[in-house]
Amino acid sequence: MKVLFDLFRAFFTIGALTFGGGYAMLPMLEREIVNKHKWATSEELLNYFAIGQCTPGIIAVNTATFVGYKVKGVIGGIVATLGVVTPSMVIITIIALVLENFMDIVWVQNAFAGIRVAVCALITVSVVKLFKSNVKQHWHIALAIIAFVVVALLKLSPVYVVVACAVLSFIFGKKVQKA
Amino acid sequence: MSELLTMCIEFFKTGLFAVGGGLATLPFLTQMQEKYNWFTAEELGNMIAVGESTPGPIGVNMATYVGFSSFGILGGVLATLSLVLPSLIIILFVAKAMNAYQNNPLVQNMFSFMRPAVAGLIAAAGFSVMKIALLHQADTFLASINWIALILYAILVALMYWKPMKKLHPIVFIAMGAVAGILLKM
Repeated sequence: MKVLFDLFRAFFTIGALTFGGGYAMLPMLEREIVNKHKWATSEELLNYFAIGQCTPGIIAVNTATFVGYKVKGVIGGIVATLGVVTPSMVIITIIALVLENFMDIVWVQNAFAGIRVAVCALITVSVVKLFKSNVKQHWHIALAIIAFVVVALLKLSPVYVVVACAVLSFIFGKKVQKA
Repeated sequence: MSELLTMCIEFFKTGLFAVGGGLATLPFLTQMQEKYNWFTAEELGNMIAVGESTPGPIGVNMATYVGFSSFGILGGVLATLSLVLPSLIIILFVAKAMNAYQNNPLVQNMFSFMRPAVAGLIAAAGFSVMKIALLHQADTFLASINWIALILYAILVALMYWKPMKKLHPIVFIAMGAVAGILLKM
């Protein structure tokens, strides 16, 4: 029972602090899931992200379901998912209820501009950490750069990148293992 | 009542077919707006602005907002649950399969190829957030740099690597950003 409560609380925190959606949750995930509770390694998080990229639904929800299932089975998956969506449900309902023109208030806009900069800084630190632990060999660097170029500059869907990696692993997998 | 059910089915479909997360839900919402009169195109624009700046996954924020503004609190809760239900079911099956096959060399190989690429994908996502936060509209690159934002960014990154602050919760830095944004009128 305590594990379920911890799961809900951890994902509630993550949901409440993820500004910008999707991968912006990485710094929170690392802190709550990898460092604090040790429910998953940072490698496993990347595996979940890869799968989340090709399965339907929101990445944050997919990752919550994965981690929850790993910790406490089906019920864990459900509790973690509810945890990650509850803060947004509450916050958005309040915004819709109280302030029709919430985003027109000048100091709210200023605060969000500042928050976006902070989110950039948090993501930068997480990405550097991620590269240090997962991008070690020359072909790793090549894959990371190609993935970045395909999505950031050519604006193609990340789905292609993940599927292409799966195909590459079947073709070159043995060679790489020997090397 | 039957309209509430229709809305749940629409959000279930969105959750089932929007692959890749985040703004992947947008085309479905545009379609919904054209087909039903639950919200106007202008409201959809406001929703995107609110959804992008408030915490939480954008798709969830949109579902709550649409459900609430058309059908009240119950509508908000049901729309959100309908949106996440398909991925919840699919991921539970995938997680089960992954547990069974995680020691299979083919699967391990596949993930060893995917991980560096996903690191690149996350860097790309960070890059697109940076473009919004650190640049503004201008003709030349140099003129488009938002210097106040850039300096704040540099200070925050430096603080995150500074030993006494390294272990602080991300909320501390988010709060610093909010305060700096208000004080500097960003």
